Amino acid sequence: MSHDGNRRDFLYVATAATGGVLAVSAGWTMVDQMNPSKDVLALGTIEVDVSEVEPGTEIKVFWRGKPVFIRRRTQDEIADARGVTLGDLKDLGSENDNKPGTDAEDKNRTLDDAGEWLVMVGVCTHLGCIPLGATDGARGEFGGWFCPCHGSHYDTSGRIRKGPAPKNLLVPTASFADEDNTIIKLG
Amino acid sequence: MAGIPHEEYEPKSKFEKWLHQRLPIGGIIYSTLMIPTPKNLNWMWIWGIILTVCLVIQIVTGIILVMHYTPHVDHAFASVEHIMRDVNGGWLMRYMHANGASLFFIAVYAHIFRGLYYGSYKAPREITWIIGILIYVAMMATAFMGYVLPWGQMSFWGATVITNLFSAIPFVGQPIVEWLWGGFAVDQPLLNRFFSLHYLLPFVIAGLVAVHIWAFHTTGNNNPTGVEVRRGSIEEAKKDTVPFWPYYVIKDLYALAIILAIFVIMVFFMPNYLGHPDNYIEANPLATPAHIVPEWYFLPFYAILRAITFDILFIDSKLGGVLAMFAAIAVMALAPWLDTSRVRSGRYRPQFKWWFWGLVVDFFVLMWAGSQAATSLIGTISLIGTIYWFGYFLVILPLLGITEKPLPQPKTIEDDFDSHYPPDGQKSSASSQAPSGVVATPAE
Repeated sequence: MSHDGNRRDFLYVATAATGGVLAVSAGWTMVDQMNPSKDVLALGTIEVDVSEVEPGTEIKVFWRGKPVFIRRRTQDEIADARGVTLGDLKDLGSENDNKPGTDAEDKNRTLDDAGEWLVMVGVCTHLGCIPLGATDGARGEFGGWFCPCHGSHYDTSGRIRKGPAPKNLLVPTASFADEDNTIIKLG
Repeated sequence: MAGIPHEEYEPKSKFEKWLHQRLPIGGIIYSTLMIPTPKNLNWMWIWGIILTVCLVIQIVTGIILVMHYTPHVDHAFASVEHIMRDVNGGWLMRYMHANGASLFFIAVYAHIFRGLYYGSYKAPREITWIIGILIYVAMMATAFMGYVLPWGQMSFWGATVITNLFSAIPFVGQPIVEWLWGGFAVDQPLLNRFFSLHYLLPFVIAGLVAVHIWAFHTTGNNNPTGVEVRRGSIEEAKKDTVPFWPYYVIKDLYALAIILAIFVIMVFFMPNYLGHPDNYIEANPLATPAHIVPEWYFLPFYAILRAITFDILFIDSKLGGVLAMFAAIAVMALAPWLDTSRVRSGRYRPQFKWWFWGLVVDFFVLMWAGSQAATSLIGTISLIGTIYWFGYFLVILPLLGITEKPLPQPKTIEDDFDSHYPPDGQKSSASSQAPSGVVATPAE
């Protein structure tokens, strides 16, 4: 310790550094407490038994506070969806959490390669309304879903075709939990 | 405390002297109540008191409501109905609280537009103005969170739409929304934290109000002429002012009585007039109401949010709308620096008047547009309204100060007062008759 005031300077720096670390860690705790808690995260993953779902029908499950549409499509619906060229689409991204960065071709949106299973978050990408579908007797002009709030039409692949919604219906993180494709795991 | 010369507090009784030596609270109360106030204030200067009363009504009725309310997604809606049907006088407390919010916003808009017309935001009252805008923002946050608490359909979907606005922020948008929600949708964590913050913010507002009053008690009130009170001596200041107590207290109480009479009519005879029937349906995360609208006091800014339906360079329409909405409020805070005119009051600004009343009309047009379903015509009207709103602050206010030729202003507040109430007439105030130096103080 040869230079002037060095001890005092050291005390200032040490005090400020300790105080700073404490303030930041306490501050972060206060911010972080607002993030989803453990029990909410625990419910972030659910398994759905789809063994009873026949082709041409769908079920709606409640997942992370939102409805999820699980539709087992008919061969006609699959053919419809696969017959669409990308040029006809408004949103060219697949919006599929399982296949990020892929284009909006139907094969990039379905859970299985055959295209029978379509799993989507049932929330309109415009302002968050719940679109109507075949089970509600309203399929829209493209045979898929129709949002009554502001008139967005989705096709049999859940892609936006007409109306104000900017994006295709979101495909959430999902996979088959068993070999026979009877249980779908969400999240 | 006040910058205007006035008589200092003199403790008289033994107790006052004893207290003053230990805690000079008497002096603070004295100079706050006896502050020299321009004697030419018109009826647009009543809103500050109305707003203070509103804050008290909201805090008192709010604390009572909390005694009966349950912040839980399964019980909130039922507990509000419990308040309405079962709690003694609960219906009155809730209707006063709900309509009190509307009165609060009517008063704050009148107060803000008063400040805009008479140039109350200009130097040296910039701090008062900015604190005022902060109070307004805190009021909006409080009102929004309060509206969510009954957990009706509009509560739920309003909360969904408004919290979703933050998802427009690039990259961190979705994490921020999930942080706000404390989950993956509007649910129990959000209801609980909104309840907590809704209880907290009014006290933050009360603190800001104290600073607001402190600031304008330091600079002195503005007045309809915008001419400053003379400060050469106490005698000179007294020619331009009267003490707040009892003169303005009585005037404000009279205005308050009239406004509370209207408020009571609203509460008793049309308590749901300003509300939305959908909020009497319990929140259902699986069914969206066909037409989501915010409360009336948010409609102008909601219209601005929806007016941006196109991408601006790299900013997409969703983010653009959100930015425009927040900027529409922020731009008001900058008014002291955007207005280049040296004349404070709009009364002496012939061109400014037109643009100002245009802004008032614009405000109501936007309010109406915000209440309508979003068709392309409504979108166009909203966009024109939005352009005028920003144009007023960013173009008109800076330019007018240069191009406009203002009218002559009175030299003093006394001159203005005397021209309305000539000192010769018997009805006029005594203070203006007295020769300078021997002013008859109305306070005594």
